[in-house]
Amino acid sequence: MTVTISEFFKESANWAFLAIAVPTLFAGWRTVTSNNIVRAVLYLVVSLGGTAGLFFMLGAEFVGWTVVLVYIGAVIILFLIGIMITRAPLGQEADLSHAMNVKAPAALLSTVVFGVITWAMIDAFGNNMIPPFEPTATSDLSLLLFDRFVIPFEVVSFVLLAALIGGIAIARQDEEVVS
Amino acid sequence: MNFWLELIIKLVAILGFVLTGALVVIYAELKAGSHMQGRIGPYYAGVRWGWAQPLADGLKFLQKEDLSPTGADRTIYGLAPYVVMMSTIAVFVVIPFGPDMVGRDLDLGIYFILAISSLSVLGILMAGWSSANKYSLMGGLRAAAQLIAYELPLVLAAAAVVVQAGTMSMNGIVLAQSETWFTVAGIDVAMPFLLKGQIISFIIFMIAVVAELSRIPFDMPIAESELTMGYLTEYSGIRFTMFFLGEYASMIAFSAIAATLFLGGYAAPGVPDGLANLVGPGVMLLKIALLVFVIIWIRWTWPRLREDQLQRLAWFWLIPIALANIAVVAIFKVVF
Repeated sequence: MTVTISEFFKESANWAFLAIAVPTLFAGWRTVTSNNIVRAVLYLVVSLGGTAGLFFMLGAEFVGWTVVLVYIGAVIILFLIGIMITRAPLGQEADLSHAMNVKAPAALLSTVVFGVITWAMIDAFGNNMIPPFEPTATSDLSLLLFDRFVIPFEVVSFVLLAALIGGIAIARQDEEVVS
Repeated sequence: MNFWLELIIKLVAILGFVLTGALVVIYAELKAGSHMQGRIGPYYAGVRWGWAQPLADGLKFLQKEDLSPTGADRTIYGLAPYVVMMSTIAVFVVIPFGPDMVGRDLDLGIYFILAISSLSVLGILMAGWSSANKYSLMGGLRAAAQLIAYELPLVLAAAAVVVQAGTMSMNGIVLAQSETWFTVAGIDVAMPFLLKGQIISFIIFMIAVVAELSRIPFDMPIAESELTMGYLTEYSGIRFTMFFLGEYASMIAFSAIAATLFLGGYAAPGVPDGLANLVGPGVMLLKIALLVFVIIWIRWTWPRLREDQLQRLAWFWLIPIALANIAVVAIFKVVF
């Protein structure tokens, strides 16, 4: 079944969805267009916060708070530390240049990722509406994670390690050879 | 009750509690610190004992000019104190003061607290960077490095309690501590987790709390002799007040978390179930006051650590001990 626009706006949950999704998209847009690298990271925080909000709307409380704890609380902080230790201009001096040879592949890549995810979503759910449900109990989720999905779960947890290595790589100064 | 009405009442109650609580703790710090140093402390403000000193200080800060440096990134500079304050106040949503005296008993209780309180690092980094001041930037970086290092033992110590309680809900953790542990001469004895083998977790948790609060002996981020005032250097007026109140509010918040996790929360021996909602808040406040006093006591007793000593303490001692502690707790949980 399809939803018309007037039906879409009658549902109060859709208004809540828009209230979260529009700022999320805007923040995502500003993340890649901002001239100031620290501001770009802070827009990324807003964008991730919006993502967490969407998870709350789906009743996935645990996943939502994990986004806050792991991404905002750890990965972003490591980004910020890496940037501030090395090259952050203080205050409002602009710094980033957007060269076309950097922009084009990034735009292409993100369009492809967006396309694949959209295709996968439509392929999986089609026109089915997701029934409204209660928040998932954490104990059910943990049983699932440590039983059927234990290996993917362990693999995903390497994200934090990657963030750590990235922070070191950004912060690391190549040693100059002293003759 | 109407959902929105209930929400507003709860918000007002939490805000009122946090702000008055912060003022009381500031007064306690002034007085307790003075007496530990053989001074009298605040004396003139108010009619007796200088009780109005924190109010007078607060009003003084409020009427000061709200400055921001020329080179500062105004938006971020202005937002930073609110991020820190918000993350502190949000913690109180899940802290139970009685079986029903809780903002919202989330299934995820302690996990929510750890997630939301990790946002304060973000606020501190924002403050440090946007001030356009080298002391602020250094202070912000030190604070971030310190908070990240001590968040791990904090989380691991809390995780040990979660393993033993078998739930992350704050109310569930309190209930797990008011269950009968053993019976002596026909009397059912319930024990808080502190006395049920979580003493190591408790010590690690309290050390990590003092470090998370950036208080002496872990106050390098705002070390006056090295960094003027760290990430707070450029702040004045209402924004400084926000940081200042936020610091004391998070002292209460972390004490309340520790009281819930290790000291049995609102539960007290011999309180009948019917009275738990009435007596609970008093019991909880007493436990919070005790832990707040310990934190104040530490401040006036210890000298400041060095930056490398601080990092060494976290990474070489607290985190390995906390990991081993979790393993031991988990083994006991499975075996018994």
